[in-house]
Amino acid sequence: MIGDDIAAISTAPGEGGIAIVRLSGNSVIEKVEQIFQPYRAGIKLSDKEGYSLSLGWLCDEKMEIIDEVLLGLMRAPRSYTGEDVVEINCHGGTLPARRCLETVMRQGIRLAQPGEFTRRAFLNGRLDVSQAEAVIEVIRAKTERGMNLALKQLAGRNSREISLLEDQLIEVNAMLEASLDFPDEVGDLDYSVAQGKLREVKNRIDKLLLAGERAEIYREGINVAICGKPNVGKSSLLNALLRKEKAIVTSVPGTTRDIIEDYINIRGIPVKLRDTAGIRFTEDLVERIGIERSQEVISEADLVLFILDVGTGIDQEDREIYEKIEKKNKIVLVNKEDLEEKNISETELEQLFPGVKIVRGSIIEETGLEELEESMEKAVLSGQLQSDDMEVMINLRQKNALLTAKRHIEDSLAVMGKVSLDCLGVDIWGALEALGEINGKNLKEEVIERIFHDFCIGK
Amino acid sequence: MIYKAGSYEVIVIGAGHAGCEAALASARMGCQTLLVTMSIDHIALMPCNPSIGGPAKAQVVREIDALGGEMALNIDKANLQIRTINTGKGPAVQALRAQADKRQYHLEMLKTLFNQKKLDILMAEVEDIELSAARVKAIVTRTGARFECQALVLTTGTYLKGRIIVGDISFDGGPGNQFPAARLSESLKRMGLRLGRFKTGTPPRIDSKSVDFSEMIEQPGDIRPLRFSFISPLINRPQLSCWLTHSNKKTHQIVMDNLDRAPMYTGIIKGIGTRYCPSFEDKVVRFSHKDSHQLFIEPEGRDTDEMYVQGLNTSLPEDVQIEVLKSIPGLENVRIMRTGYAIEYDIIYPSQLKLSLECKTVEGLFTAGQINGTSGYEEAAAQGLIAGINAALQVKDREPLVLKRSESYIGVMIDDLINKEIEEPYRLLTSRAEYRLLLRQDNADLRLTEKGRQIGLVDDNRWMAYQQKEEILEVESNELKFSSFTPADEEMAEFLSYKNTAAIRDRVSLWELLRRPELSIYDYVGKGWLRDNDPDILEQLEIQAKYEGYIEKQKEQVKRFEKLENKMLPPDLNYDEVYGLSQEAVQKLKIVLPASVGQASRIAGVNPADINVLLIFLEKKRRK
Repeated sequence: MIGDDIAAISTAPGEGGIAIVRLSGNSVIEKVEQIFQPYRAGIKLSDKEGYSLSLGWLCDEKMEIIDEVLLGLMRAPRSYTGEDVVEINCHGGTLPARRCLETVMRQGIRLAQPGEFTRRAFLNGRLDVSQAEAVIEVIRAKTERGMNLALKQLAGRNSREISLLEDQLIEVNAMLEASLDFPDEVGDLDYSVAQGKLREVKNRIDKLLLAGERAEIYREGINVAICGKPNVGKSSLLNALLRKEKAIVTSVPGTTRDIIEDYINIRGIPVKLRDTAGIRFTEDLVERIGIERSQEVISEADLVLFILDVGTGIDQEDREIYEKIEKKNKIVLVNKEDLEEKNISETELEQLFPGVKIVRGSIIEETGLEELEESMEKAVLSGQLQSDDMEVMINLRQKNALLTAKRHIEDSLAVMGKVSLDCLGVDIWGALEALGEINGKNLKEEVIERIFHDFCIGK
Repeated sequence: MIYKAGSYEVIVIGAGHAGCEAALASARMGCQTLLVTMSIDHIALMPCNPSIGGPAKAQVVREIDALGGEMALNIDKANLQIRTINTGKGPAVQALRAQADKRQYHLEMLKTLFNQKKLDILMAEVEDIELSAARVKAIVTRTGARFECQALVLTTGTYLKGRIIVGDISFDGGPGNQFPAARLSESLKRMGLRLGRFKTGTPPRIDSKSVDFSEMIEQPGDIRPLRFSFISPLINRPQLSCWLTHSNKKTHQIVMDNLDRAPMYTGIIKGIGTRYCPSFEDKVVRFSHKDSHQLFIEPEGRDTDEMYVQGLNTSLPEDVQIEVLKSIPGLENVRIMRTGYAIEYDIIYPSQLKLSLECKTVEGLFTAGQINGTSGYEEAAAQGLIAGINAALQVKDREPLVLKRSESYIGVMIDDLINKEIEEPYRLLTSRAEYRLLLRQDNADLRLTEKGRQIGLVDDNRWMAYQQKEEILEVESNELKFSSFTPADEEMAEFLSYKNTAAIRDRVSLWELLRRPELSIYDYVGKGWLRDNDPDILEQLEIQAKYEGYIEKQKEQVKRFEKLENKMLPPDLNYDEVYGLSQEAVQKLKIVLPASVGQASRIAGVNPADINVLLIFLEKKRRK
């Protein structure tokens, strides 16, 4: 039911300066008033206007203080959800926010379902489809870079990229339709012009899809496996990267043969780093389990860091490990370059790992780490767009719509000149319809507008 | 002094293309019908271009025919040239176009009206419509005659408060300097209807004796002229040509030099004109980069010297019109016979109508044609037919006929009129039809004859012809699908190589083989694989086989489209109580009162979020 009162902790779980409990519904203001004691006596919450702040204490039924809070008041329809909204800014940390939430829930305000605020905003006409989707992306974004992308979409960046596409496709369609509806005035369709325009549209869609994939990498992050024989420096590498980023989210320690997982942030990309136990044939049961799990980690990895020891040189064990990762996206790190005795030569590396990115350095002395990070970013984003000129986020629904549009355009390119123009129109309309779905627009109407604008028509 | 003049089941006001169809449909369906016209001498008048058909319009004319209307039969009797245009662009956009003999068109229609049982014709100006409790009760003429009726069809064309403008001269008048319907607008306003004001225009007519045709390109008719009606006899009469010439820089300079005298720019014209039928001065201004515009010189009849200058509709002063014409090759010594003019007239915003074309607020009042904001003879006739049918159905206490977007151009048009905000005269285009590959001129009978029969407008003669055609199509298409050939068949191999197309690799049916562009259905007839049927049947078989893939694609789209069309909205739904609708959507939905969620989705101002809200609302109601 829309309109009943809902509440949720809107800030991310974990430690922070403040936390926000957000409430929305027809009678949230009245309900909060019952449990709010303002600093300045005599001030009534229900008399306050929208976009106002009130400082005071949130209390329980017995008027015992729960927390000192700042209340933000937004009145319908000028609020995020379009309903009356109260935001309780309480002290940070899990406990105060939970206690505030429990207190308001005892006033007959129910816990919101995931995404319910956004759904209400959408249903109350506060957001269009792609904006609503972008809000969900904001909530899910894992690093700041992902956050920027999501914010740009909110500001209509996605909508702009899509309207450019729409515009080009409408133009081709208008050329075709004008030649069909006004044959006396417009004449025949110029195939080569139409083809050129359709190809442009297709390229644009391809670019958008690639940019979307890149955004997905920033949002969803990647799995990186660290491989190498014992004592080659796997744990040190892990620690060095962690130290450098100071962005530990979780750390799951275990025995030496367990997989060690850590989340770090490399150049804005959320990375799940996983150390593997040594990979070699063994009779030891415990170690064998470790090896099986290592293989699993490798198969799940988007990128593998393979570490060599410049002191020991490349031995049989290294070769065996390399066989397991040969087909993966990988970087070879030659470690311990601080040692005097170097037993790995450039020619050897080139021979054994043709075309593979090689980084030389010393984890202990923290040399080569910059280059390693840069190489990791490049390896992950290869193929995707490097430049920042097209920052978009594409969710599954939008991606499907783009793929459908692309398929229709490819169909029209394939049949152009081979089928009659009315049939060609079916494919081009299919593309228009798919693109229109992204922003909920009827593009056919705009085609007709364009015909009248671009062509001199009339008896 | 108002006197009791009589009583009819259905009265039709106006006898243009909409009014004639409405009156004939109503009378043919068995209702005592009165057709009231300002001038019996101008029944079925073509006051603008002398042609019927063209893209989207030809399809409509065929749809009118399939339902049992008159336009197709009438133009088949009264044409002076027939052409199929858009040949080679595909069956969905191929369209028949006829040049009409305007006088003959009027006379043939008059004959049909006179011969129609249960139909009376009266010349009068109607000045009032009487209601009784929001229901139509009677009409009153200017001379005091009061006729009672159960249903009323209003087809006032451009007569409603018509005003003619030529340069700085303007006066009240209907098309061709007739009397306007001066008083009826007030009566409509008193009923609470919202009126708007539109503008259209027409070019000058010139004396063919003063034209030098040697300077122009001849456009003859087709060698084998086709018919509009599925049941007309073959057309076999000499055809007249049209002529193509062009304006030039000098012409455009004359226009530019006289813009200060053009009522479009001086502000004398306030009505809203069309973008697809702009005046010549508008074209010159808006497309100033074009040095030349096409002009077609078209005969207006076999017994007249008047010729229509297509492309030159204008309200410039008469002396400027002459100067403009004389700058055009072939028209150096031209003599004007009728001056071009613009005309402003009142319309009813069509969002006030139901899909049956009945007013939402006045029971028994139907409107059709230019009064609903459309332009074009064909668009008018189609609405007249539907309004006449639904007036008669209402008198008989039967459900109205509403055609879907997925089955006809008529459905596309009426749905557009009611759901869009019509801000300029509306014209049908093939690009307005989402499923145009299914809405072809060749299959209009297959789409609509049965509906026409159900409502009682398709007579036995037409019905039998249709059933026979349907049966032959079924038999012949099955035969083509079941007769197949293998690569081993020598006759087939020889035929394919003769036709310069690849040999077959697997067993293949004649139906499938027909998809190859190199092959035609007439090749099959030539080989004796198919009977030499009527050309209509052969064409139908060929289109169905050749375009099967795309036709199936569109049928799939129709299925998806109809999902929302079949989600009906209760007529008494209180949109104020649907929580979550945007304010704009509530306003629009309350005005339009859509029949289905599908229709709601096409209303301007109703966005996808509102549709989601409606769907959620319906689902909640269903679960209760």
